[in-house]
Amino acid sequence: MDFGLSEQQLSMQESLRRYLQQAAGLEHLRSVVADGPVHDATLWQGLADMGLTGLLVPQAYGGLGLPLMDAVLVQEVLGEFAAPVCFTASAILAPLALALAGSDAQQEKWLPRLVDGSLQVAVCITDAGGSREDAGVTAVNDKLNGRLMFALGAASAELLICSCREGDLYLVHRDAPGLEWTSMRSVDDTRCLWEIKLREVAAELLLPEAGDALAPVSAAGRIALAADTLGAAQTMLDKAVAYSCERQQFDRLIGSFQAVKHMCAEMAAELEPCRALLWYAAYAYDAVPDKRTLLACHAKAHLGEVGTSIARTATEVHGGMGFTDLLGLHYWFKRIGFNRQVLGSPDRLRAQAARVQGWGVQADRLMEQGGGYR
Amino acid sequence: MDLAYSPEHKKFQEEVRDFLQQTQPQWPPSRTVGRASPEAMRWQALLIERGYTARSIPREYGGHGGEPDLLKSHIIAEEFARAGAPGGLAGQGISMLVPTLLELGTPEQKERYVKPTLLGEMLWCQGYSEPGAGSDLASLRTSAVDEGDDFLVNGQKIWTSTAHEADMMFALVRTEPDAPKHRGISYLLLPMSTPGIEVRPLKTMTGHAEFNEVFFTDVRVPKSSIVGNRGEGWQVANTTLKFERGMLGDPNEAGRRFNDLVTLMQEETLDGLSLMDNPLLRDSLVRLQAKVLAMQYNGMRLLSGELRGEVPAIARLIVKLQGCELNHQLAALAIDALGELGLLYDNSPRLRAEGAWQRKYMFDLGLIIGGGTAQIQKNIIAERGLGMPREPKLAAAPQSGGAR
Ligand SMILES: Cc1cc2nc3c(=O)[nH]c(=O)nc-3n(C[C@H](O)[C@H](O)[C@H](O)COP(=O)(O)OP(=O)(O)OC[C@H]3O[C@@H](n4cnc5c(N)ncnc54)[C@H](O)[C@@H]3O)c2cc1C
Repeated sequence: MDFGLSEQQLSMQESLRRYLQQAAGLEHLRSVVADGPVHDATLWQGLADMGLTGLLVPQAYGGLGLPLMDAVLVQEVLGEFAAPVCFTASAILAPLALALAGSDAQQEKWLPRLVDGSLQVAVCITDAGGSREDAGVTAVNDKLNGRLMFALGAASAELLICSCREGDLYLVHRDAPGLEWTSMRSVDDTRCLWEIKLREVAAELLLPEAGDALAPVSAAGRIALAADTLGAAQTMLDKAVAYSCERQQFDRLIGSFQAVKHMCAEMAAELEPCRALLWYAAYAYDAVPDKRTLLACHAKAHLGEVGTSIARTATEVHGGMGFTDLLGLHYWFKRIGFNRQVLGSPDRLRAQAARVQGWGVQADRLMEQGGGYR
Repeated sequence: MDLAYSPEHKKFQEEVRDFLQQTQPQWPPSRTVGRASPEAMRWQALLIERGYTARSIPREYGGHGGEPDLLKSHIIAEEFARAGAPGGLAGQGISMLVPTLLELGTPEQKERYVKPTLLGEMLWCQGYSEPGAGSDLASLRTSAVDEGDDFLVNGQKIWTSTAHEADMMFALVRTEPDAPKHRGISYLLLPMSTPGIEVRPLKTMTGHAEFNEVFFTDVRVPKSSIVGNRGEGWQVANTTLKFERGMLGDPNEAGRRFNDLVTLMQEETLDGLSLMDNPLLRDSLVRLQAKVLAMQYNGMRLLSGELRGEVPAIARLIVKLQGCELNHQLAALAIDALGELGLLYDNSPRLRAEGAWQRKYMFDLGLIIGGGTAQIQKNIIAERGLGMPREPKLAAAPQSGGAR
């Protein structure tokens, strides 16, 4: 029994940190996102060169075929740096969906290109977050009609993987006739969001050999965003502690004031157990499939709550400086805010966690009527 | 990350499960503080024999004499919690004094005290806090004056749990009044029957007298009753405090309590509907479940850290603070879920769970305060865990005023 990371996993995280320190510092981030949300292609190629975009791709297609845990650990470090790359979509959701439900031909065609970093995929699982307005697509005879909101992925995406109202996953080519992409602008410029209209768009059904592909893909996305929040919140806490050990007021370091000390201690006390929760959720994804959905909901809901509270408190520890653009703290603040809402807000995730445990008949009834949470 | 047990540990897990299943009729009523009942003492003896408590304490001192195996200890705790079985006896003697004596006691002290303490025959209380020395424990003033072969002890202790029942006390006293505050303290063991000791129970908010004031007037204690060296009681006490902190905030207790809360919400109704059908209560329940799981996994992480010989500092420092608070929140939700029924107490008709939720809700507050208050825990997390600067000494503090 060993509840912890392997030497290999730790050193992978360390080398990624070293790379991002030189390639994705604050000044770089600032210049990359100066004109709005963007996917940093140079950084992406750097990740591909380190072998990180193919972690989840099966070995047969040139990837490493590792469990979700390893990709989650990468996502955590990307969160630490608020790195402007669409890792969740192209390195986690896409390879999982294709590996779970792609045909041999589809896998052969696309998976190797995920490994070398030349392919970007946009992913939209409307159902995970719930349908706002009239969002959702309907599939009839492999033609999709409707509107997707909050697709994750780079502007350069060549493929779209989306869920339809019936619960199946579809693969759509970017250049298919009838597709219309519009960029949505969130507070977080380090990730891209899209609204996509589909009119009679030809699509390929992604059919798993057994079971359901949507549930594991949703779960993986949620665990990934929880990991991103863990990294981002850790950075905010570290920055708050460092600032409190530099800044003087009343002839002493503000970190020696108990009010400040206790804010930091509370952040640490809330955040540290989240690490173990996240590890377990990532582990359970592969090792305890029965608990996959439950743990993914818990990890994302809980980190959503803890993350937003840290985002606020760490900003406050910096005083007026925290509120300015100068320190760039807001990039992490917004990153955490983004992760909280996308793929299911905490209340929705808790409702689902209750339902998968059979708690509450009301929820069951809703589900039977087809209007419940997935 | 690999949570599978080795064949040896798997087999051990099954052994524990079988044992619990077979012995269920013998389980004593769930543990309370204070003196052990005869059934509880018999249960304790059986658990020692099986190695399910006092596992790695040498046989000559009344323990099981097994090799230390953290994983087996974890399995035992987990299986007992899962089955809802009462564990071995706890209390300050077993959890705090015994490990301290095993580490720092003389052979005579170990010989004399460890076995009867383990068996529940000898009950201890912890005489640290004083009216003027709580969080600032090192400013304690109870004096022990050198009188040849003995010390003459005078002063007062307060908040002394179980002193009214205890046979013995482990106490901190000042033997070197002129030394700096942390260097003049010694750690003494004394029988509560010694002439000159007076115990006055202090009733607490729970309505019971869980703790006491203890007065010392010319109490004679032989010098051989010191643990560790004279004047080094602070270091000895810190050994004990380390064990006390490990004891408070146990995530298995939170897990047990959470399961009880789920059952309660499934069984109780309001307006004819199960409480589980109330979406707001359900949301609060699931919110707490995430915290319980996080603390349980944090516990597993600590265990693996210990097995590897590298314990993550912050993950350990937060356990008392987070664990006690979490238990308190679980009791609070149970009371809210029960509404007026949750108010019932003592021997009221319609009482639920024998009034345990209210009792726990209040007693948890005591645990949040006792054993190093939540604020002191935060100081420790910030200073030792995060490396933040210590509070400046008062003399060096700036004049107040001048704020905007
Ligand atoms: C249920 C229970 C059982 C107990 N059992 C025992 C026992 O068996 N034996 C024993 O010796 N003692 C026992 N105690 C005493 C316990 O250890 C003390 O109550 C505790 O250490 C706090 O001391 P105090 O009560 O004097 O509070 P104080 O130290 O006076 O604290 C009052 C308030 O001031 C805050 N405060 C104090 N110093 C600081 C600081 N530096 N920074 C920030 N805030 C600060 C505290 O957090 C608290 O909120 C028990 C207490 C309880 C509640």
